[in-house]
Amino acid sequence: MSGYIIRRVLNYVVLLFIACSFAYLLASSFLNPYSVYFGRQPPVDPDVIENIMRGCNLSHEVSLWERYTTWLTKIFTEWDWGCSPLRVSVNEQIGVRMWVSLRLVLIGTLGGVIVGVLVGAWTATRQYRVSDRVYTGLSLLVICTPSFVLGIVLQILAIKANDAMGVRFFEFVGEKGVVGDYPLAELVDRLQHLLLPTIVLVLLTAASLSRIQRNLMLDSLGADYVRTARAKGLPKSQAVMKHALRTALIPTGTYVAFTVATMFTGATYTERVFSFPGMGQYAVQTILAMDVNGIAATTAFAGVCVVCGAILSDIVVAILDPRVRLG
Amino acid sequence: MSLLSVRDLNVTFPSEAGDVLAVRGISFDLERGRTMALVGESGSGKSVTSLAIMGLHPDLVTISGSITLDGEELLGKSDAEMSKIRGNRIAMVFQDPLSALTPVYPVGNQIVETILIHNPGTTKRDAWNRAVELLTIVGIPDAAERARAFPFEFSGGMRQRVMIAMAMANQPDIIIADEPTTALDVTIQAQVLEVLQRAQAETGAAMILITHDLGVVAGYADEVTVMYAGRPVEQGTIGDVFYHPAMPYTIGLLGTVPRLDHKSGDPLPMLEGNPPDVVHLPPGCPFVPRCPMAAPQCEQVEPELTAVGEGHTAACVRLSDVVGRAHTEIFRPPPLERTSLAAVPRADRDTVLELAGLHKHFPLLKGALYRRQVGVVKAVDGIDLDVKVGETLGLVGESGSGKSTTLLEILELLKPQRGRIMVLGRDTAALTKAERRAMRKDVQVVFQDPMAAVDPRMPVFDIIAEPLQEFGWKKAEVEARVFELLGLVGLRPEHADRFPQHFSGGQRQRIGIARALALSPSVLVLDEPVSALDVSIQAGVINLLEALQHKLHLSYVIVAHDLAVIRHISDRVAVMYLGSIVEIGDVNTVYDTPVHPYTQALISAIPIPDPDVERARQRIVLEGDLPSPSDPPTGCKFSSRCPKLALLAPAQQVQCQAEAPALEQIGEGDHQAACHFAEVLKVF
Repeated sequence: MSGYIIRRVLNYVVLLFIACSFAYLLASSFLNPYSVYFGRQPPVDPDVIENIMRGCNLSHEVSLWERYTTWLTKIFTEWDWGCSPLRVSVNEQIGVRMWVSLRLVLIGTLGGVIVGVLVGAWTATRQYRVSDRVYTGLSLLVICTPSFVLGIVLQILAIKANDAMGVRFFEFVGEKGVVGDYPLAELVDRLQHLLLPTIVLVLLTAASLSRIQRNLMLDSLGADYVRTARAKGLPKSQAVMKHALRTALIPTGTYVAFTVATMFTGATYTERVFSFPGMGQYAVQTILAMDVNGIAATTAFAGVCVVCGAILSDIVVAILDPRVRLG
Repeated sequence: MSLLSVRDLNVTFPSEAGDVLAVRGISFDLERGRTMALVGESGSGKSVTSLAIMGLHPDLVTISGSITLDGEELLGKSDAEMSKIRGNRIAMVFQDPLSALTPVYPVGNQIVETILIHNPGTTKRDAWNRAVELLTIVGIPDAAERARAFPFEFSGGMRQRVMIAMAMANQPDIIIADEPTTALDVTIQAQVLEVLQRAQAETGAAMILITHDLGVVAGYADEVTVMYAGRPVEQGTIGDVFYHPAMPYTIGLLGTVPRLDHKSGDPLPMLEGNPPDVVHLPPGCPFVPRCPMAAPQCEQVEPELTAVGEGHTAACVRLSDVVGRAHTEIFRPPPLERTSLAAVPRADRDTVLELAGLHKHFPLLKGALYRRQVGVVKAVDGIDLDVKVGETLGLVGESGSGKSTTLLEILELLKPQRGRIMVLGRDTAALTKAERRAMRKDVQVVFQDPMAAVDPRMPVFDIIAEPLQEFGWKKAEVEARVFELLGLVGLRPEHADRFPQHFSGGQRQRIGIARALALSPSVLVLDEPVSALDVSIQAGVINLLEALQHKLHLSYVIVAHDLAVIRHISDRVAVMYLGSIVEIGDVNTVYDTPVHPYTQALISAIPIPDPDVERARQRIVLEGDLPSPSDPPTGCKFSSRCPKLALLAPAQQVQCQAEAPALEQIGEGDHQAACHFAEVLKVF
């Protein structure tokens, strides 16, 4: 088993290296970092710009191959992913933003998974009844709504609610704001800022997951072993929870492990709407800012997330399914 | 007061087409320690009745009547109240052991769960010990160890043992066994039935045995209730129902089953037609369309069960005319025009198919990303066969013995890995691509599952015409040929533009046969052609196959797990074990005087639908499951399970385990077996 995992990880590492190299080479060939200094008032001296570009390993006067090898050497020897054309360190940016995203995405998707699984399982046991149809309708509505619309609608509702209460309870800009002067004030402030974007993520994840879980659950509800469980004397609710839901969770495990990992860079719209300084927002920003090093680093980060997701889902399935673990 | 008393039970399901009257007024009493069999074809309401007793129908189902357990009414109890009875006082064993256990929990835990839910005071430790004890009782080796294993680590027969252990756990008053052995091999069926009997003896429970296998009923039931279209049509003791059946349906059912213990050579009496649709039942007896004794008064009102004798009732208006007649008087077998070939001795006939030293080994691969070979599965390991014109060869053996692989090798018409396949005197290895394609006309196939073997989106005409069009027949000729084929297999011309879904299983199998015959093949390969069909439908298809053989001089190679069917239809039989033939010869010789211990065990495992014969038989029950074909025992492959081995002298045992026996001539006639110590044993 461990040999198998090591082989798999090695495979991924090679793929990851190729993907990052491509990202770097493409971004370097097509983007023009010089342009961020164009049109400045007062104009910046071209020699100064060239110096900055050389310092950031972005100079077009150095050959692409040389820049690429310098980039690689710096990463492997100093773990330095370079800087943006404005001389902001990529390491620093990602170092901060990673944790911002982690808080948002982890709480958001895990909350979404729990809600989604429960709603899906529950509606499956009530197939074709009114409650099932209502939840089906609601989840389809959420799935159809683009995430930025959802975010903006929530913001509008939050403004109305704040006005009505006369207190600024709902925060919707940034990750932290004015911190009050009471015990745990900082934590409360963070939670206030997290609330709305988290709701968006929970809704999005739960809506699609509840559909998947409902179908999986319907399959396992009709399974012979659920009937066996009831025939041995388990009341319906226990048979459903212990036998039907437990087996219906196996495919969900794969899906969720993958989703959580890839969401790190996937919550772009939500982060943009709520001005949340996370990885998703950074990914867009690097492109707009002609930040070649940033793009390559974000690609690498996203790649690592996918790899972690794949490994995580293997592990989750092995935990959930003895047939995979022992077979 | 009876232990279980069912009165006028009615079960109705809502459906798009209207209410499905699945059970219409069944009543019976069950006493402690007795076994009642519920017999009938699929859709007759057997399982629906048992689920109603368990209270396991969904809320949408309407149930009326009365079910009392020790005088306590069960109908109308809430799920919570019924949960206290299920698994505690009434336990159930289901048909398919592969899907009846939750895949993600160890089997021991699943038994512990049953114990704890009804005995909350028991400690987990005690419950676990009890689970291990139960697993030992049902014959799981190393139970303490195996209790920690997951269901997928057990074979089908072993899983059914676990189910039985679970059913026994709380010393129930009643065990309901719903087709407990249908999904299992015959050798395993014998083991499981024995365990079930042990479970009943151990707990003193009454048993409701639901099965379509009349042999199983004959061996194990005290009373029988025969169901037809949701109603009981005959009830009585086992002797009454088997020896003095009074309802024509029961008579037909008993008469249409081929017998394992003798061969008549005549066609089977047929119970024609199909069970009625229980959504739109006409007034009168639902059996009228299939009943040779039907009279106008039968169509007026549905008959009630009336007494035939002491404790024996039947539902038939014409009881007085029916009782006392032999079944062949009521259900006449169709006439059979015998072929001119019958007079030609086997040695003088042409050989149409010959296998010599045929091998088929599959590499056993492991690993998902990097696949590597870890072994070889010897699915077919050197077999020799020949089939003469107009002859039927039966292949029998447990699943995994290589029967289907042999059929596939014949059908491929390719050069085998090792050995030789000769069709109509030509070696398939030497064929060019065009010749091989042309030869496909000569070798055709009929599959097991008639539902899956025909394209549901093609009308019958297109299904039968496809092979003809493929071989370039002209349009007018195709049309004439399709209608000729429809007539040949007993379908009507107007069936041509209907779709497969409009036909019953038996009719679909006829469509499959017509398609196989389209190109006038010489050899027909049949893989379990009747095993998916109800017993009453089986007879019709078997008779059709026989009639076609005589008319068209076809040769059949047939695989079936039902040894009685094989005896009826085959001229010769080959018994396979782990890829090798262990006994081969004339079907009557092999069945009446089997010399290989495996053949003896196989035949002895099949129950005979005759209570007196069945109960007087000494059964040879094989130990354990078929070994893995990738790692067969050394020497004689059967030595690991051979019941005879223990009786031999030590030197002889060494010989069995060291030296693989070859097929050798037994006696004078057509009979060969591969056993160092071959000896005739009577198994009936």
